[in-house]
Amino acid sequence: MRWNINRREVEREVDVRTSLLDLLREHLHLFGAKKGCNQGACGACTVLVDGERINSCLALAVQYQGREITTIEGLGAPGALHPLQLAFVEHDGFQCGYCTPGQICSAVGMAAELRRGVPSYVTADLETETIALSHDELRERMSGNLCRCGAYNGIVDAIHETFGDLAAPIPTREAA
Amino acid sequence: MNPFQYEPASDVSAALTARARAGAQYLGGGTNLIDLMRETIEHPDVLVDVTGLSRDIEETKGGGLKIGAGVKNTAVAADRRVRERFPLLAQAILAGASAQIRNMATVGGNLMQRTRCIYFYDDAARCNKRVPREGCDARDGFNRNHAVLGTSESCVATHPSDMCVALAALDAVVTVRSKNGSRDIPLTALHRLPGDTPQVDTALEPGELITAVTLPPNGIAPRSSYRKVRDRASYAFALVSLAAGLEIEGGMIRDVRIALGGVAHKPWRAERAEAALRGGPATEAAFRQAAEAELAAAQPLRDNAFKIELAKRVIADTLVKLAKAEGAAQ
Repeated sequence: MRWNINRREVEREVDVRTSLLDLLREHLHLFGAKKGCNQGACGACTVLVDGERINSCLALAVQYQGREITTIEGLGAPGALHPLQLAFVEHDGFQCGYCTPGQICSAVGMAAELRRGVPSYVTADLETETIALSHDELRERMSGNLCRCGAYNGIVDAIHETFGDLAAPIPTREAA
Repeated sequence: MNPFQYEPASDVSAALTARARAGAQYLGGGTNLIDLMRETIEHPDVLVDVTGLSRDIEETKGGGLKIGAGVKNTAVAADRRVRERFPLLAQAILAGASAQIRNMATVGGNLMQRTRCIYFYDDAARCNKRVPREGCDARDGFNRNHAVLGTSESCVATHPSDMCVALAALDAVVTVRSKNGSRDIPLTALHRLPGDTPQVDTALEPGELITAVTLPPNGIAPRSSYRKVRDRASYAFALVSLAAGLEIEGGMIRDVRIALGGVAHKPWRAERAEAALRGGPATEAAFRQAAEAELAAAQPLRDNAFKIELAKRVIADTLVKLAKAEGAAQ
């Protein structure tokens, strides 16, 4: 089986039951994505597939062959952090840090959804072309990521600082 | 999780052939099925991946839309035509699950998802849906989330989908394929009431594959809304949800659509309430009376009697708001 993970071609033969999360952690030793609930409730396992956020715990690795998968390790690296990682540090967007890789991958995916004009449950006007990242929009759109330390205030501030200005290009590590 | 063979289907015909093998099941986004397999509630020998099929949203006559079963939930809610002509559906989808799950889940998979009854998931408990004729521990158990309409001695589980509640209100039609050809099933006839056979969720024959959901044009778009009452503001299943739409002409109700979620084994189209309202005045008293009529047959369990009054209030309050909606033609 083959995947493109963090811009590298990867080939492994794994049991067909292997989740994408277990492929990343157990076979490729990418330990950023976390196994919290392993049932799609907490979001700690969030990764990007072709730029869209998904729960890797509910994904069979075999079903995602040939796709471009980005984990937190592909967004930033020590010494070259993604702007959102820097903002999480700046705003204390975590305590224990367990949910953080999922929060950050999820927020990057959320920014792309906003740019595409994908509405949310709290978007008042479904026919609108552009959606501002209000406090309510941010909270609704990030509700698939739980933080049991309750660092939500810092998380919201970090995401808002990084992605709040939708007129600006989406920050990437390269642009930082 | 048991071992299985993985068979990605290249077309509908290949999917039907693969599904004919012993122990085969269709696989969509996997957000429910993978979880059920991990809990050993489902144990297919073959998974036929149909996510590569039926991925388009097409125009139909008169302004309707035909949505392929493989379209992701997010893609339906984001589609301009859906947002303009069927905002009720976009709202309902966006009320369900999380963004991550909506990015994975397909329309067909959403239709086929199974109940989240905690006794169905707990194999130390008795459940007639999981093991036929074993008994039901939900009936006298913690049943705050369970059904109040259309229940049976065998089962009090609810259908968990938000999307399906909107589809029920929108007169959606489900197209299914089998070796014998194609047939159309009204969404409201796809899911079953439990009766004595709660292990059977839908009216599909073994092997039938959902390929599309068709939305006929309607006049309720400007006065429609999906309202979901739940224990937290986001990412929770409904206690009670409502898909409602009104078409008003000269103060009288020309068309009305009411469907409830969280109250029954299937998305509950409130036909009694609709019949009471259609052709009559759009007044708060009429809305409340219609809600009473719909819930008259409701039967509470130990913990869920609140759902009956809640459903009535949500129906009446939402219809009042829709009747007053600005910008909608009178």
